[in-house]
Amino acid sequence: MYKIVDARGVGLNIKQFVIEAPRIARKHKPGQFIILRLHDKGERIPLTIKSSDPVAGTVTIVVQAIGKTTSLLNCLETGDSILDIVGPLGKPSEIENYGTVVVLAGSVGTAMALPTAYALKQAGNHIVFIEGARSAEMVVFEDEVRAASSETFIMTDDGSYGELGLVTKKLDELIQSGRKIDFVLAVGPVPMMRAVARMTTPLGIKTMVSLNSIMVDGTGMCGGCRVLLGKQSKFACVDGPEFDASMVNFEVLMQRNTMYREKECASLKQFQENMEEQLAELRAELAAGEKHYV
Amino acid sequence: MSEKSPLPRSAMNVLPLKERMKILRRHMPELDPLVRSRNFAEVNLGLNVLDAVTEASRCIECAKPGCVVDCPVGVQIKTIVALIHAGDYLAAAAKLREDNALPAITGRVCPQENQCEGGCILGKKGAPVAIGNLERFVADFERESGQLGLPANAPKTGKSVAIVGSGPAGLSAAGDLVQKGHRVRVFEALHELGGVLVYGIPEFRLPKSIVKGEVDNLRRMGVEFETNVVVGKSVTLDELMQEEHYDAVFVATGAGLPVFLNVPGEHFNGVYSANEFLTRVNLMRAYNSEFDEPVYDCRDKDVIVVGGGNTAMDAVRTARRLGARTATLVYRRSEAEMPARKEEVKHAREEGIEFHLLTNPVEFLGDEKGWLTGARCVRMDLSEPDESGRRRPVEIKGSEFVLPANVAIIGVGTTANPLIQSTTPDLATNKWNYIVADEKTLRTSKPGVFAGGDIVTGGATVILAMGAGRKAAASIHEYLTSGEW
Ligand SMILES: Cc1cc2nc3c(=O)[nH]c(=O)nc-3n(C[C@H](O)[C@H](O)[C@H](O)COP(=O)(O)OP(=O)(O)OC[C@H]3O[C@@H](n4cnc5c(N)ncnc54)[C@H](O)[C@@H]3O)c2cc1C
Ligand SMILES: Cc1cc2nc3c(=O)[nH]c(=O)nc-3n(C[C@H](O)[C@H](O)[C@H](O)COP(=O)(O)OP(=O)(O)OC[C@H]3O[C@@H](n4cnc5c(N)ncnc54)[C@H](O)[C@@H]3O)c2cc1C
Ligand code: FES
Repeated sequence: MYKIVDARGVGLNIKQFVIEAPRIARKHKPGQFIILRLHDKGERIPLTIKSSDPVAGTVTIVVQAIGKTTSLLNCLETGDSILDIVGPLGKPSEIENYGTVVVLAGSVGTAMALPTAYALKQAGNHIVFIEGARSAEMVVFEDEVRAASSETFIMTDDGSYGELGLVTKKLDELIQSGRKIDFVLAVGPVPMMRAVARMTTPLGIKTMVSLNSIMVDGTGMCGGCRVLLGKQSKFACVDGPEFDASMVNFEVLMQRNTMYREKECASLKQFQENMEEQLAELRAELAAGEKHYV
Repeated sequence: MSEKSPLPRSAMNVLPLKERMKILRRHMPELDPLVRSRNFAEVNLGLNVLDAVTEASRCIECAKPGCVVDCPVGVQIKTIVALIHAGDYLAAAAKLREDNALPAITGRVCPQENQCEGGCILGKKGAPVAIGNLERFVADFERESGQLGLPANAPKTGKSVAIVGSGPAGLSAAGDLVQKGHRVRVFEALHELGGVLVYGIPEFRLPKSIVKGEVDNLRRMGVEFETNVVVGKSVTLDELMQEEHYDAVFVATGAGLPVFLNVPGEHFNGVYSANEFLTRVNLMRAYNSEFDEPVYDCRDKDVIVVGGGNTAMDAVRTARRLGARTATLVYRRSEAEMPARKEEVKHAREEGIEFHLLTNPVEFLGDEKGWLTGARCVRMDLSEPDESGRRRPVEIKGSEFVLPANVAIIGVGTTANPLIQSTTPDLATNKWNYIVADEKTLRTSKPGVFAGGDIVTGGATVILAMGAGRKAAASIHEYLTSGEW
């Protein structure tokens, strides 16, 4: 079991957890993720490691509640535990000195892009960070974003904070203004990443996107996370999660991510109907120790 | 192998050989196909004492028992059968454990027809002695008696061994090594222990409680387990040896990487690898609506499974149990070439699985929303035998047809799990990325590191993996004692 040493809300439905996981903390590199399971009947879900502290033996993750598992996770508080965490999984981001790098991230994607942005900055890149959110209360980690970048733009869909518009609007402005862009990293909803790819691919700007396909084991054993790159099938958990945007078939990714939509909605609804009870049940199970269902 | 009879004369089988040969092979009692194809309960119910003893009395006690010769690990079957006949089941179990660390498991899943029972002389004319069923009988008897004699461990040697992977190879090595007095810690990537035995082979063939029982025994013997560790990612082999001070490592990571057909349309929603399907159902228990994993509700769905081995057979029978309207096996050769256990093929047919033999999918078809609607298939013909000795299937021109399907499961094989090899440059591998290990000592190219089971041989069997685990244990013990690489 993995103890939560700090839990705090950082935005609307977005929570940050610092968790004891010494092995993972020692090995983590930017761009990698963990897979966790909350209880004996729970599913395994992937979450990016935002940062790690090898000395304290902790990793930090940021979670947006969108379905049953993430909603239950976000009910947990400092002092609670998580049953299973495995990692660090996936290939680390490629860190090089490209020159000028534009990072585009949407709400929780900001937390996912931060470690790579930091590392790219440390490698000598000029970082332009464009953070997007639906509205002011979903803008997260602004201070850290500013610290990880040389120029920062905040975009909101409703204009309630920063500038009005999507992150791609800002990217378009940068491109139109003739700025030299050597590398782009986009992390966020699939339509956003696809829009970025459509803008940068014709210009030949090397662009990486972090693909959030549905995963089970995270070790290459099931192939459920497979994504289509050109004609080639790749496993996002071991070959990714970052891929060259110009190769990615985003339509297939979107189509595969809807595979369980009906079940997920039903399971979220059922969870919301008796949240308190399920949280209590989870805590009781964890308190009883590692019980394995047979 | 000549064996002195362990029995007093009075307990020996006095029936004349001719009489013994008249006794019919005892049937394994099974759940009714109509009932079992709707649930996940174990299909085979196990022999009762009377049937077990009667079955044992069929053995004609060959001077050179073919069963022992054809057992991949040389289990002393003749002696064990005699002990069952004499009613000393616990002694039979102890004898069994001398060569086989996981008898309750292999008794259920070994392909006996190609091994012990294939070598039984009675099979030449009639039915061979039901050795697998007897093995299961004594192992279950021992477990249920609660008199499992866990052997005492040798005094502590001060050496420690890391085992990577908790499949049959890893578990068997762990048991032997801890008995020799070494400290043993098993690292497993998944959250549950047992490897394919828990995530692959379904409950209706191998109940999870049996695997758990074996793991608990090892725990009691002092084996330590750490789940959620992906060696190569969470910690490297070098770190295990240099920073965590393991004196030797046994790599038993299996061959779990799914192979797809690489035909168009494989990305449609509804196409799965058998590994994904079975993992979701077995490990994540998707058949139980109490669990969060998306339940593979196969009701009203046409499910096809591609392949002819145990994996494909397990997937298609699982789909049936999840309520599939039709559950069809598509295999490019004929039934004679199917690598699956014969009993599974028989059970599958009884459960209403349809077989499309000599058929191969060449493309998956989908609707505009990306959901699978069917598979375009061609009929095959068999030509000359290939390297594997099986007749090579060739397409029949113009024989294409569409098989409608909402779910397609690909169970055509697996390859090496890659994560250790890719982070251990000094570990020699062959061109398919399997780890190279010496046949006798299971030593790899990296000092202190041994490897065995499916990660060396490619997908094989539980008994071979178990045998490799024990061989590795002996070899590691020898290395730790001599200190010489
Ligand atoms: C490598 C990787 C890293 C990730 N990192 C983070 C992270 O740092 N923080 C974070 O909050 N989330 C992250 N995600 C997404 C996260 O895993 C999903 O939000 C989570 O699995 C949803 O589980 P659920 O049971 O709460 O929702 P579900 O009920 O499973 O799904 C609810 C909704 O989310 C959609 N969905 C399901 N799975 C995914 C997915 N993998 N990606 C996107 N949408 C999905 C469904 O289509 C559905 O509409 C990451 C995903 C991947 C693959
Ligand atoms: C569906 C199915 C049905 C089968 N049916 C039969 C049958 O009826 N009879 C029979 O004899 N054989 C059968 N087999 C084959 C048999 O199960 C295998 O040959 C056997 O399990 C191999 O044992 P192993 O210990 O080498 O590896 P596995 O059982 O594959 O175990 C390897 C373990 O290592 C773990 N691992 C992998 N990489 C790492 C890593 N980097 N770090 C930590 N852990 C790691 C894996 O998660 C896994 O738990 C079947 C196989 C399948 C898939
Ligand atoms: S999650 Fe199973 S192979 Fe990637």
